[in-house]
Amino acid sequence: MSVHSTLRAHLVLSSRFGNVEVAERALVDLCDQVGLDRDHGYWLVTALREAVANAIRHGNRQDPDRLVVADYRVEPTEVTIRVEDEGDGFDIASVPDPTDPGHLLRPSGRGIFYMRQFMSRVDFSRAPGGGTVVEMTRCFEPEMKESAR
Amino acid sequence: MKSEIRDVDDVRIIELSGKITIGAGDVKLRELVENALENGQKKILVDLAGVTAIDSSGIGEMVACYTTVTKRGGQLKLLRLSPKINDILHVTQLITVFDVLDNVQEGLAAFK
Repeated sequence: MSVHSTLRAHLVLSSRFGNVEVAERALVDLCDQVGLDRDHGYWLVTALREAVANAIRHGNRQDPDRLVVADYRVEPTEVTIRVEDEGDGFDIASVPDPTDPGHLLRPSGRGIFYMRQFMSRVDFSRAPGGGTVVEMTRCFEPEMKESAR
Repeated sequence: MKSEIRDVDDVRIIELSGKITIGAGDVKLRELVENALENGQKKILVDLAGVTAIDSSGIGEMVACYTTVTKRGGQLKLLRLSPKINDILHVTQLITVFDVLDNVQEGLAAFK
């Protein structure tokens, strides 16, 4: 099988939780095609699932008429994932640290924490239409493998 | 997510496999634990050996189940974490909340 250097995907998904699986399968396929280590792929998928699930649940409020757009750029040494929703946006500063002892037993609020743990960089911004854009990158340069999970 | 249930003396063992994730596994987990409580089972051992992934919703549901069982005077313990699930419990620091056992014998003994 030939190994590609850079692969891209563009997905437009309705706001149904079943589409988290669709987003996962597309990313796994690209990671396999560039020959990315399965272990690295596992943590990428973990972060991706949180981004898409947040877009569906918190961004689009599970309104199936609102869309989630996911873009992937997959290279052997770096993967970038961009997820955009059509919600009302949110204040990232208002999201509490779920590892704070007072928050440990909260049943929710760990999605962004997951993304930050398993990606090298995570940025949030407002989409032109008012929704939220999360762009996250995971680097696999040799010097970063030691520190990345 | 798939599940199998068995009772050993007064301990309900819930064996899970597959993904505990949003919209599917998380809801199923809640139902399994509520069912145990409704049947009077207050000692619950959740066997995660076959679980391949757990997202933040799954972890959240696990925490909610733990809180529910504890409030009703019971105990919920975890059994046989895979390396990745173990990693997730460590990064979320929930490893400090849950009692985690390595095998069924240890799990059963932990309730005595």
